[in-house]
Amino acid sequence: MGYFSILVVDDEIDLLETLVKRLQKRNIDTVGVKSGEEALETMAKKRFDVVILDVKMPGGIDGIETLREIKRHQPLTEVILLTGHGSVETSIEGMKMGAFDYLLKPIKLEELMVKLSEAFEKKDLQEQKIRKARIKELVRFPGRVFQQEKE
Amino acid sequence: MKERLYRNLQQKIVTLTLVVSLAPLLILGAVLYYQFENAGREMTRQQIRYRAQSQAEAVDLFIRERTAILNVMADTHSFDHMIEEQNLARIFEVMNARAGAFVDLGIIDSRGDHRAYVGPYDLLGRNYYDQSWFDEVMIKGHYKSDVYMGFRQQPHFIIAVRRHEKQGSWILRATIDPIRFEEIVRSAQIGRTGDAFIVNRERIYQTRPRFEGNVLAESTIDPQQFGGRVTVVEMKDWAGENRLYAGSWLNDNKWLLVINQQPLELMSRLFAMRQTEILIITLGVLAIVTTTIFTTRLAINRLKKTDQEMIELNAQLVQSDKLAALGKMAAGVAHEINNPLAVILQKTGWMEDLLQEADFKESENATEFRQSIAKIEEHVERARKVVHNMLGYARKMEPRLEDVDVNDTLNQTITILENHARINNIDIQVDLDDAIPIIASDQAQLQQVFLNLLTNAIDAIGSNGAIDVVSRRSEDRIVVDVRDDGPGLSDEMLRKIFDPFYTTKDTGKGTGLGLWVSHSIVSKMGGNIHAKNTPDRKGAVFTVEIPIVIPEKK
Repeated sequence: MGYFSILVVDDEIDLLETLVKRLQKRNIDTVGVKSGEEALETMAKKRFDVVILDVKMPGGIDGIETLREIKRHQPLTEVILLTGHGSVETSIEGMKMGAFDYLLKPIKLEELMVKLSEAFEKKDLQEQKIRKARIKELVRFPGRVFQQEKE
Repeated sequence: MKERLYRNLQQKIVTLTLVVSLAPLLILGAVLYYQFENAGREMTRQQIRYRAQSQAEAVDLFIRERTAILNVMADTHSFDHMIEEQNLARIFEVMNARAGAFVDLGIIDSRGDHRAYVGPYDLLGRNYYDQSWFDEVMIKGHYKSDVYMGFRQQPHFIIAVRRHEKQGSWILRATIDPIRFEEIVRSAQIGRTGDAFIVNRERIYQTRPRFEGNVLAESTIDPQQFGGRVTVVEMKDWAGENRLYAGSWLNDNKWLLVINQQPLELMSRLFAMRQTEILIITLGVLAIVTTTIFTTRLAINRLKKTDQEMIELNAQLVQSDKLAALGKMAAGVAHEINNPLAVILQKTGWMEDLLQEADFKESENATEFRQSIAKIEEHVERARKVVHNMLGYARKMEPRLEDVDVNDTLNQTITILENHARINNIDIQVDLDDAIPIIASDQAQLQQVFLNLLTNAIDAIGSNGAIDVVSRRSEDRIVVDVRDDGPGLSDEMLRKIFDPFYTTKDTGKGTGLGLWVSHSIVSKMGGNIHAKNTPDRKGAVFTVEIPIVIPEKK
């Protein structure tokens, strides 16, 4: 899974750091940030395949708001929500907004890995579909696709 | 404390009601009572006054009649004729035939000598010149004496008239039969206590009274008290009792006819009426008192019941409020615990990751580390489960409605636990009422409740014992009793048993959530769950009441 990149967003620094280290140890390109703002900033500079996002982050923009922003700018990026019991409803709301799935804290890494591979798979399929569509598009309107590519 | 309040209230109501209702009755009774007495007394006075008056008239008539006949005889016969004894005897005979009550008859000449006499005594030749009455009759022409003994030594009285003739004045004198006279006077006496007699102005009895005293004895009655013609006086008699005295003066104003009687005797009919009145009032009072006490007791009992219901309702409200608050708090606390748990789990995960690396793998303590990490993870898992259960139940969804056979659910639950019970030598007895209906409820949740209760019962017994499971219908509810013969519940347990995290099991064995969750589930169904000790204090009974909701027809 080495060619996938992950962004972990959690305000609990200890959790964040450990999770990032463990994912990196499994050869996954992982970056950790501790707020929604930082996440959006980082995502503007680098593309990530999956974002692991804590729903409940006090101060600044919360998980749901961050999710909305991510989906607006990069609809293809999959988001896995981390949630406590108190915010299961919020997570379900998040899934309606396009999140891939949610995990109840405290999470086990094995569970996360399963979810991640599912998410990667989905992303892969999604991208393949788009690529095929582009090729079709390229055949029909070569100029437009080229223009888009330039963006 | 509470009992005293009710007693006070009852006393107040009873007192107030009795005062308000009895006061007018008693006042009316008292007024009537005295009115009766006054009216009776007045009537009695009138009666006795009238009798005295008419009797005095009768006595007057008696004397006047006899005086008149004496006058006629004196006027129509000459002295010479009269002193002939056979003539006088003839006249005496005529007088007694016409009027009667004459004892004797005599002629007294102007010198006071008794010249002729007809009668039983030997009075002929006696001289009356020095007697006071002789002067009086000579001057006034007629005379009636007081009663006196005279020459004959017998109480009697006389009437006498004077006649003028050319050769001088003479007197015709007659004695009135005291027995006849007394009879006439006495005819006015009535009843057991009545009396009638005559006294003169000097208080001397002129006729024999019925009870106390004798003729010519001095009377206790003071005639001066009796002014006017007829007077009624009430005073104490010789025996110290109240008596009504009516005195009527005769025409000559010398004799007073007295009639007396105890007023009580005269008023006996009134007293009978008064007793009827008292009886009626007493019955009325009794009826009022009984009714008041009865209705008040009824009202107080009803009040007590309502209060009791209110207290129970309040207790239930307090209980559910408490549980709701505790639930909220528990949810908050649990959430805060989840975050550190998440960190710990990641940290141990990281340590495990690192232990995979070669340098650590060789380390002699690697196994120890691994075991410690495994323990930490195990306990994190335990904590996670507690939190999970707690939060899961705290925000349990609304019950899902399906057709539930409570008996089936009980049987299924018992099947799950049968092995566990058998290992511990616990016998589960089942007594299920086949008549209880299928209800619309949430089977999974009900099973959860029964499972909790049965597990608790098994844990309470430990080993060797019995559990009774009974289902029955009570009005609009299905009632399930789970009875164990374990050690029973202490007062503290009875108070706290449905609180979250309250457990008496060994640490790590129970979360203290089972009964709390059961309580929440049953409450949400609109039912009720409670615990108590068995009457013989040998074990505990948990009772679940589930409202009967008939499923809609599909």
